[in-house]
Amino acid sequence: MALGFTLLYLGLMVMIPLSTVFLKTATMTWTAFWAAVSGPRALAAYRLSLGASLIAAAINVVFGLLVAWVLERYSFPGRRLIDAFVDLPFALPTAVAGIALATIYAKNGWVGRWLEPLGIQVAYTPLGVVVALTFIGLPFVVRTVQPVLTDLDPEVEEAAASLGAGRWQTFRRVILPELVPAATTGFVLAFARALGEYGSVIFIAGNMPMRSEITPLLIMIKLEQYDYAGATAIAMVFLIASFALLFLVNFLAWRRNRRLRAGEEAG
Amino acid sequence: MSGPKSIPSRALSEPRWVRFLLIGTALVFLGFFLFLPLVLVFHEAFKDGVAVYLAAIREPVALAAVRLTLLVAFIAVPINFLFGLAAAWAISKFRFRGKNMLITLIDLPFAVSPVISGVMFVLLFGAHGFFGPWLQSHDLRVIFAVPGIVLATMFVTSPMVARELIPLMQAQGSDEEEAALTLGASGWQTFFKVSLPKIRWGLLYGVVLCNARAMGEFGAVSVVSGHVRGLTNTMPLHIEILYNEYQFSAAFAVASLLALLALVTLAIKSAIEWRTGRR
Repeated sequence: MALGFTLLYLGLMVMIPLSTVFLKTATMTWTAFWAAVSGPRALAAYRLSLGASLIAAAINVVFGLLVAWVLERYSFPGRRLIDAFVDLPFALPTAVAGIALATIYAKNGWVGRWLEPLGIQVAYTPLGVVVALTFIGLPFVVRTVQPVLTDLDPEVEEAAASLGAGRWQTFRRVILPELVPAATTGFVLAFARALGEYGSVIFIAGNMPMRSEITPLLIMIKLEQYDYAGATAIAMVFLIASFALLFLVNFLAWRRNRRLRAGEEAG
Repeated sequence: MSGPKSIPSRALSEPRWVRFLLIGTALVFLGFFLFLPLVLVFHEAFKDGVAVYLAAIREPVALAAVRLTLLVAFIAVPINFLFGLAAAWAISKFRFRGKNMLITLIDLPFAVSPVISGVMFVLLFGAHGFFGPWLQSHDLRVIFAVPGIVLATMFVTSPMVARELIPLMQAQGSDEEEAALTLGASGWQTFFKVSLPKIRWGLLYGVVLCNARAMGEFGAVSVVSGHVRGLTNTMPLHIEILYNEYQFSAAFAVASLLALLALVTLAIKSAIEWRTGRR
């Protein structure tokens, strides 16, 4: 019964809605589809979405590793509170994050006013998109890396040290390789989330066609102009990319589990 | 104390200045990206005084948005609670082929951009959608009306409870349930007396996250809502309208309510983690 309900619900709530995108696309001619998904405005939107998401995910790998390390390895006042706060981007509605970031980085904002004299503009530029996407992707790498750091056997580090490795060498040669699979998963998760993000971005992006217009916004605009076919075609391209990422995440998790299990059996 | 073979402590942890540097960098990064936005929301909300703040929240249109947001969560969260429970139960207690496929399918809505989630329901129920003509001939409205908002929210939040429960229930296995059944308990008795107590914290956690997402969903709801003030505006959409009309204090006042919800969500989450000793 539980399985029946699960399948029924998934069918009604997930499969049927999803299939509409494919069915709608199927009614288009190939030339119309191609024209919709490869116009210069669409290409510019893909470029921005892909580029900004990649940069934001990369920033999150570097700082995610750092934050996870600091939270797991060092003790300092407020550590537990900060640990709890890392999930804020999951809990804070994206529209709230969006207007807050736009206000902070605007010309007269708390941060924007210090960047303005340096000639750096964040709000209403592609840089603003990166800032918003960094915010919403922040918890992913921290949360995937933390458990690995906790489970890391201290004896391995001691062994490396007793064999004469310096601290930096131990980190680079012994600890870091253990963290790479988790950090990769975190990177892909943050990237996938950033790719589809809408709410936090549109307030800070400025939304200029060809310059600071992300792909989800372009879909929205096409829809508001009643260009349903055009919106669906771009959505289709985006869905395929997202599903590829989802399968990549599941594949990475499966491979990590298999390696862990192989490790347990061998040890 | 230290024999010739002992490891020098500096090889096992970082020098003091490195530690301070790392902690400092991490705190500056989190300060800019987490604390600053949160503080700003409350600062801007109360900038023009408490009277302005209360007026913005007590406005009829704002109250209508709060009511609609609560209504949507009130429908979407219980349904996804049942779905999450059923899905996690089916996956952890039974053996069948295609289980990993099913887990991927449950996760699928997470991979779909919120905007595309909204587009799907427009294609289904919109005026030019698959069921559009039928709905119109029966004088029913889904898109640009409350049912569409509920459906889009349900889709977006459907994995939240299932995702928390599946790993938990898989790790627990079904030995205790089997014991209860062998001792003569009925299926429902086993569920309420044995299974449910074991997963209650995970369940609560999933529901809290699901609720936060349901109340804060923006992209999907934005596509299907039509932005009719007082009728189809949820709180996030109301915030957008106020902000675009340069009514910043009012926008941040409503936003502060959602930020408060986020803080409560984080507090409950930490309390559960502390209770279950996950950290």
